[in-house]
Amino acid sequence: MFENFDLQKAIFGRLTLESIPYHEPILVMTFIGVAIGGAVVLGAITYFKLWGYLWREWFTSVDHKRIGAMYIILGLVMLLRGFADAIMMRAQQAIAFNGNEGYLPAHHFDQIFTAHGVIMIFFVAMPLVTGLMNFVVPLQIGARDVAFPFLNNFSFWMTVAGAMLVMASLFVGEFARTGWLAYPPLSDYAYSPDVGVDYYIWALQVAGVGTLLSGVNLIATIVKMRCPGMTMMRMPVFTWTALCTNILIVAAFPVLTGVLALLSMDRYVGTNFFTNDFGGNPMMYVNLIWIWGHPEVYILVLPVFGVFSEVTATFSGKKLFGYTSMVYATVVITILSYLVWLHHFFTMGSGASVNSFFGITTMIISIPTGAKMFNWLFTMYRGRIRFELPMMWTLAFMLTFVIGGMTGVLLAVPPADFVLHNSLFLIAHFHNVIIGGVVFGSFAGISYWFPKVTGFKLDPFWGKMSFWFWVIGFYFAFMPLYALGLMGVTRRLRVFDDPSLQIWFIIAAFGAFLIALGIGSFLVQLAVSIKNREKLRDLTGDPWNGRTLEWSTSSPPPVYNFAFTPVVYDNDAWWDMKQHGYKRPMEGFKPIHMPSNTGAGIILAGLSAVTAFALIWYIWWLAALGFVALIGTAIGHTFNYHRSFNIPREQIFETERERSQELLQAAGA
Amino acid sequence: MTTMTAEAVKTEDKRLFYVADEHEHGEGGSTLLGFWLYLMSDCLVFAVLFATYGVLGGSYAAGPSPRDLFDLPLVAVNTSMLLFSSITYGFAVLEMQKNRANTMLLWLFVTMLFGGAFLGIELSEFAHMIHEGATPQRSAFLSSFFTLVGTHGLHVTFGIIWMITLVIQVWKFGLNEANKRRLLCLSMFWHFLDVVWIGVFTFVYLMGVLR
Repeated sequence: MFENFDLQKAIFGRLTLESIPYHEPILVMTFIGVAIGGAVVLGAITYFKLWGYLWREWFTSVDHKRIGAMYIILGLVMLLRGFADAIMMRAQQAIAFNGNEGYLPAHHFDQIFTAHGVIMIFFVAMPLVTGLMNFVVPLQIGARDVAFPFLNNFSFWMTVAGAMLVMASLFVGEFARTGWLAYPPLSDYAYSPDVGVDYYIWALQVAGVGTLLSGVNLIATIVKMRCPGMTMMRMPVFTWTALCTNILIVAAFPVLTGVLALLSMDRYVGTNFFTNDFGGNPMMYVNLIWIWGHPEVYILVLPVFGVFSEVTATFSGKKLFGYTSMVYATVVITILSYLVWLHHFFTMGSGASVNSFFGITTMIISIPTGAKMFNWLFTMYRGRIRFELPMMWTLAFMLTFVIGGMTGVLLAVPPADFVLHNSLFLIAHFHNVIIGGVVFGSFAGISYWFPKVTGFKLDPFWGKMSFWFWVIGFYFAFMPLYALGLMGVTRRLRVFDDPSLQIWFIIAAFGAFLIALGIGSFLVQLAVSIKNREKLRDLTGDPWNGRTLEWSTSSPPPVYNFAFTPVVYDNDAWWDMKQHGYKRPMEGFKPIHMPSNTGAGIILAGLSAVTAFALIWYIWWLAALGFVALIGTAIGHTFNYHRSFNIPREQIFETERERSQELLQAAGA
Repeated sequence: MTTMTAEAVKTEDKRLFYVADEHEHGEGGSTLLGFWLYLMSDCLVFAVLFATYGVLGGSYAAGPSPRDLFDLPLVAVNTSMLLFSSITYGFAVLEMQKNRANTMLLWLFVTMLFGGAFLGIELSEFAHMIHEGATPQRSAFLSSFFTLVGTHGLHVTFGIIWMITLVIQVWKFGLNEANKRRLLCLSMFWHFLDVVWIGVFTFVYLMGVLR
């Protein structure tokens, strides 16, 4: 293209036409699919002239409810990508026997298992739980927004920017081939000189900024913005778990930032933190990344414990059993999650004493978790249980998670771990707790709060289809992996020699196929629900006879959440209000002060993504330019002192009057 | 609520479930708490770097050791620059609380001079070491040294950029509530960097030379 080779390097860094994987049919087909799909979506938005609306009402919105909804949409979209990776691996492993190499070349297979792990943890599970917390927490504590509404918008877009970088790696260059935690020395420049690990590093760094700030934001929100009467021990359990999760985020994500920064120093500057020579120590990386990594799994699972607590109490028609013990169990798990990281590498050779310490602390975690399990059981005991979709997910969770918990305790025994380390038993275990916990919990949460977000319920038939496909599919997909792991099969294998193992992989692939039907049914459920939204409409704002404050508002709630700040006297504030004949105030409204929307968040995140992309491809001029623009825009944003406006009382009166009419209509119907 | 009698329900019916007479909450009520939380997270980044230095700080790979490299009198001068800058920032905050914008700006200016001096001395120290062949690539000890001290220096640099921004904002818009809040946040940031530097001075320089 260019006569002068150096000029090309100066302009494009190491980005060349060869970086586009046009010689890989799978990727080309994927690209065509994504391009057509993307063109249809973008075309539709343009055709229906929705850009202005999306920009004004959603992209620049600082409303915690809209940001929460966007997080969940991001999580669901990325779930499709992460699951596509999963089913490709299952298909490959099911056929790669008897000399058959399968259909995935090694370098592609390695990228797929790395991308699967990274996407599922960072861009599916995290957005789903963050989205739920963002939407629900301010409503549950009677607040009108989070403490830092602009930061909330910025955090979301940083997460999107990270996800975009991972997606870009599919079609420009490649992703890491190192496994989802990118252990050195494999991830060092000497063994992974291409862009894969750099995509990994920068995607996580960019998204990590968002996660950290959203953690700070929600802690400040919960600590400072609870309505009068809501003492700490009157907070709903979901808010408690959100508080603990965000404390974990603030206390764990800096470690990830730090360790990835050190890895990038090794890769970009040539330092010797994790190299094999010049005094470097790769095990330092493994320790540090798990000091983040173990709290991370509790960051994911604690909020869904909160979801299950809300769902169980609501659908059993009872106060949650053992509120205080539930809170303390959550706090104890929060603390213990910091004292167990070494169980991820018992085989490192720390010696018997160190391994015993971490083995015992790991086993101790099962005590508060078990306490929670019994609390849910006792909440259901003698309750009037309604087997609606959220409750079904909760029951599936309770059965599945206990199995995963037990195999976890088994793995916590160091001698057993020496046999099972990095085997498919481990893979089965953590999918057992992450799917059985986080995924089931996210679906429980989504189906529970969906009517609050949109104003109509989800279609129950397709929801149940999705539920059964998911649950049965999960058992088909992962129980065989336990068996294979016990037989000694290790993870991340592309081809197999022993033909007797094949049947297990075929069963697992069948399970993955069932899960695909489950995901498909969920999408159908969304479509059917939107189509039948008038029939599924909830005018009361309280479709499940709920117990906490979010159900006291309309569905969807007005932008200001509460016309008057609520005052609470009980753990189950809304239940208490209903018991005491609460009447909605219809006069005496005052103007409400609300934050203004701003495009600064999306612009800053876009500049971060450009800077990261330039760093990945060594396009130094663009990286420098992007960084300067980033700092400049951030400073420029601080010159804007007028960031809020008043909602006039007439508008509040009008909104509340409409709500009264809806309530009358609902009472009449 | 579970053991409530019918009579109790009746009396409690007068419960008011909303704040009828709400007062305007000032903006930024959570900012200082939020900034504290951010600082603690930043503290953990430094904790990672300190831990790394603790593990790798003795891995010289047959290269130079702290005793060969560190010039303690110079580092002592440098430390005093940073400590003085914290004191002068403190004076700036005192002036801010008396609403004297001009003297406050003067103290901020002095703070920036001290901060700049600190950075200058640090950079010349780095340049000297690199010139001697003690580069970040030379050994794990030097990698962790440069990264820990450099990250601190980067923070000071951003602190100065932030200070310049605030000087312009106070000069243009005066000492309004938002600017005061920002000055307090930067004050916490600046003192935090001082505390981190005390750790660096003790664990890296003093104990390094003892080693």
